[in-house]
This record gives sequence, C-alpha cells and structure tokens, in this order.
Amino acid sequence: MNDPVNRRTALVRFGLILNGAIGAVLAIPIFQYLRSPTRRPEGAEKWISLGPLEQFPIGETRLATFTNPVVGPSDGATANIPCWVRRVAEKSLQVFAINCAHLGCPVRWFPQSNLFLCPCHGGAYYADGSRASGPPERGLFEYEYKIERQELFIQAKEMPTPGPTAYNDGKRHLPCV
Amino acid sequence: MRLGARIGEWFEARLQLKQPIKDVMAHPVPTRTASWFYVFGSAALTIFALQVVTGVLLAFQYTPSAGEAWNGLHVLNDKVSAGWFIRALHGWGSNFMVAVVFIHMAQVFLFGAHKFPRELTWIIGIFLLLMTLGMAFTGQVLRWDQDAYWGLGIGASISSRIPLMGATIVKLLLGGPIIAGATLSRFFAFHVFLVPGLLILFVAIHLILVLKLGINDWPMPGRIVRRSTYMKEYKELTHKDGIPFVPAAIGKDIIFSAVILIAITACATFFGPFGPSGQPDPTIIQTAPKPDFFFLWLYALLSFLPPSAETPILLIGPAIGIIVLLALPFVSGEGEKSWKRRPIAVLTIILVAGAWASLTELGLHTPWSPNMDAWSSQPIPKEFLADRTPLERRGALVFKAKQCHNCHALGDTGGQRGPALDAVAVRLTEDQLIRQVIQGGGNMPAYGKNLSPSETKALVAFMETLHPPGQPAAVDASRTAVLKQSP
Repeated sequence: MNDPVNRRTALVRFGLILNGAIGAVLAIPIFQYLRSPTRRPEGAEKWISLGPLEQFPIGETRLATFTNPVVGPSDGATANIPCWVRRVAEKSLQVFAINCAHLGCPVRWFPQSNLFLCPCHGGAYYADGSRASGPPERGLFEYEYKIERQELFIQAKEMPTPGPTAYNDGKRHLPCV
Repeated sequence: MRLGARIGEWFEARLQLKQPIKDVMAHPVPTRTASWFYVFGSAALTIFALQVVTGVLLAFQYTPSAGEAWNGLHVLNDKVSAGWFIRALHGWGSNFMVAVVFIHMAQVFLFGAHKFPRELTWIIGIFLLLMTLGMAFTGQVLRWDQDAYWGLGIGASISSRIPLMGATIVKLLLGGPIIAGATLSRFFAFHVFLVPGLLILFVAIHLILVLKLGINDWPMPGRIVRRSTYMKEYKELTHKDGIPFVPAAIGKDIIFSAVILIAITACATFFGPFGPSGQPDPTIIQTAPKPDFFFLWLYALLSFLPPSAETPILLIGPAIGIIVLLALPFVSGEGEKSWKRRPIAVLTIILVAGAWASLTELGLHTPWSPNMDAWSSQPIPKEFLADRTPLERRGALVFKAKQCHNCHALGDTGGQRGPALDAVAVRLTEDQLIRQVIQGGGNMPAYGKNLSPSETKALVAFMETLHPPGQPAAVDASRTAVLKQSP
C-alpha cells in the first residue's frame, strides 16, 4: 500500500464508490418524487355533489359539471369537469363521463336523434350509453352514483380512459355499460 | 498592433481555438456535395437555432400555470410589443422544422447516406426526428387551449392501452388523475428543459459524426459501398476531387438557410401566430378538437382503423416503424448508394409520402365526423323536395328532425359520415330501407326505438323518391311477382 500509484488508484476507487453510494441514496427520493403522480391523491374518493335531483327530469339527459375532488393551486378551469346525467326513473340514473371511449374527446347529446355523438372520429352511442357505431370499442364510461336526501352524488376518481384504471384497489375499472 | 487584434491574441493565447476552428471549416469535402440537395441538414440546424432564440424570448412571458397560461398567451398576442410576432415565428418555425427534418431524412435515405460508415449518424438522426416530433407535440400542449386539452385526452387514451403499464403511464403523463395544473407543468418541463437539452446533445453528436466521417459522397450508380474499401476510397475522393467546406461548399447552405428564414418570417408576418383557440375549460363541450398540421395524418388514421385492430396497430405500429428505421443501416449497410439503382427505396418514399399526404388531406376535411349542425343549418336542396307528396315531404322533415342530415349528404349539403343519399332508392328497396333505418348496421346506429311507425313510413317514402330522373327505384322482384299473383 506504500506504492503511491496504488494508493492513488485506491483513492480514485474510493471516491467513485463514495459518489456511487450517495447517488444510490439520492435515487430513492428522486424515484419517489417522480412516481408520486401514480399514487391516488388524498381525498380523491370523496363523493361529489351534482346538485339536487330535481335538476334532472325523468326521461331526460342533461349536462352537469362538478369540481374535481382534489384541486391543485394552478388548476384553474381545468378542475371543472362536465358529465352527462340521464334520469331513467325516480331512483334510477346513469352518469356518463364526457370522454368518448375511443380517444377521450367530449361527446355531445342530441335529444332529437337520442344519440351521443363524438366530434373527433364520429363515435356514436345510444341513450343508455351503449355503443351505436364508429370506432369506440365499448360504451360510454359511467361514474358510480348515490342519492342522499334528494341530492345526486358521484365518484370521479380520474379521467376515464379505454385501458384499465390506474389505482389497484381491488375493483377492476369503471363499470362497463 | 491595433487594439482589436491584441485583444484577439490575448484570448487566442488562452483558448487556442484558431487552429481547430480552421481545421473544421476548411476540411475537404467531395466537390459534388456542394449541391442544392445537401442543404437540408444545415437548414434544420438554422431553424433549431431560431427555435431556441424565440423559445427563450417566449419563456420571458409565458406562465406555466393551467389557470393563467391561456390568458397569458392573449396578453402576448395583444399587449406585449411584437409578442404576436415572436409567437408566430416560433409556431411557424416549428412547422418548418418538422418539414425540413423529414425532407432531410428522405434525401439522406435516397442518397444512401445511412450506409457504412455513417450508421450511427443515421441512428442519432432517428432520435433527433423523434425529439423534433416530441417538441412539436409538447409545444402544442403549451398553447393550453381546447385543442391542447382534448389532444392530451387523446394522448392519454392511446397510452392507457399499453398492456400492464398503461394506467401508470397515463398518470405519469398527466401528472395526476386528470388533465390539470400538474399536466401543464410537466409538459413545460419536457418542452423547455428535458427535450431541448437532449436535442442539443444529440445535434452535437450528429455534427461531430458528420465532421469525423465526412459528408456523404455524391452517389454514383455502380460505385458500390464495401466495408473493406470505402474509407480508402472516400479519402482518395476528398483529396483528389475535394474542396474546402469553407468557403467553397458552404455557399448554398447559407443561401438556403436564409431562404428558409425569409419564408418563416413571411408566414409569421402574413398568417400570424397559431391560436390559442378556445379557452381550456373542459365544461365547454361545443368543440371539435383537432391536432396541429403534422399530426393530422395520425388523427385521420385513428378514424379509419377498425375497432378490433386499433389497439394492436397503435401500440405495435410505431415500435415496428422505429425498429425498421434503426435496423436499416445494418440491413443495407453496403451496396449501391444511388437512388437510380434502388427502386425499392424510391418506391418506399413515394408510398410513405403519398399515404401521409392522403391522410393529411383527409384530416383537413374530417369526412368521418358527423356534421353536427347540418340538421339545423343546412336546408335540403329544393330539387329533392319538388313534386313530392305530403307524406314524402313529411319524411323530409323527419330526415331533418332526427338529424339524418348530420351524417348523410343530399346534394352538396350534410355530413359525409355515412353514404350520400342522392340516389339511395336505386341501391336499396323499400324493405331494405326500412330494415336499415330500424336496425342500423354497417356503422349506422339503429333508429328503431327513436322513430314511430308513421315517422319511419314517411322517412322511407321520402327516400324512395331519391333516384335520378331516368333511373327507377329498386324493387324487390319476388315481392312484385307475389303481389301480381294475389287477387
């Protein structure tokens, strides 16, 4: 170990190991930071009110908007999300996501022809959300809902996409129509 | 000695850059490469520099906040001196950059520049192409208007289909469960830090490779590339028949770069900046989102893929495309360089360019989308209504009221989603028309639940009149025969 060349090589090695070690330690919080969006934000499972039930007459399909359960400081108008509410009977409803099941564009309800039409690639759905024609592989996405004291609540944890949902909490994904 | 020269020498004594720069500038290139075909790479570099400068200028004003960005762009357009012009330069620069990069790629491919020993230059170039497209997409997101918002929805919907990791990738892409503030922040980081940093690094490697290996020689039919002899042949070529890059070969590059800059400036001046379109409020759903020009082909393709094949094609197609491009220099690393002796290469370029142009053209018109307002804004041309019975005219009303016109054209009005009905009676008999209306099929929704029997009767009576003057409506011959026999 008295050989200065060997000693210097050892020093370089030691220096590299030291840097590698701190690099590995730093990698852990960096990784956690980067993957943070994949974790469900706190409060995302809150029931969101769509307002009093009387806003949704039986037999009609109406646009409703709600604020995402978790709002960030810079979200602005993007925290507001529209959805279609179809009141089938007194206690029976369907709450459809606005996003087309093909590629997520906003579908529009046409009461005259009883169809939801997508402006992007021409996907069409029947009044009950089932697929009518066009490129979508399935019907419209539906949100879970409940009625409490004549008020309509839904659960909207994420923007629905054609693939499986992100959060592995036992349930497979938003119920297929 | 004059002061300027003395200062110059002071720096040179320390930096010692004079000789290396001189060597780089004056390196010999084959005489024939001083050609108008060899100007696209340098033009791409010039536009990249313009994008860096205008990008930094825009960053002085831009607010990467989902609540503020859209308003900020309007301030830039309307209030900041020349703000609109800097935005226009950056936007048009982006379009020109994508175009020039593609032309550059087609040119080097046709001239066999991907062959030995320039395989790595080609591969780095593929990554540069992907990054350029990445910049175009992320830049469109930073505009943070309706198109950006729903474009992200399309991106997320495509990504979600990736097996196993799809959902995680969507969250990483959006920075959370929905498109919101975190999404814009990360696309800002992609567009302004991450991708440009990588671009600068890769452009540097690309240029170093061009200098180390020399510019691709002008392909001569019959001059075959062989790994064993090419380096020697190229050296001979540049020494026997070579000219110094500066000043002998660079002239056309400089002129073409200037022409491109003039073109970008002219477009920016006359056509102005891109958007922003409607405000990024997802509750405003009266919108037909459309991507920027260079992604229109993809938008069109997405409407034509059959539902069952869409996911595999979307996921596997790009992977195959990139693998083919990366493998190309290894599969055809030797042999003929000249496009005159490479018919498949020429056909490939023609085919790809033709497919791209056709899809883009379709993307401009979106014939697959229902014309959402046709039912209430476009009258049926009067020749389809003249001399009709009351029942048939009632059918024409049903045709409007049930929005058939949104998907079916009559004359030059209406949508193009379904077939035009100008002569539908020639194609379908009365029974077939009824069945089609009630049951749908062939990509048409079923209207059985939505039409009363009298409405269906009127609608079909109207459609029965839709045939050209001297061409009768189709009839079911067997039915006619049965009707004749019955008393």
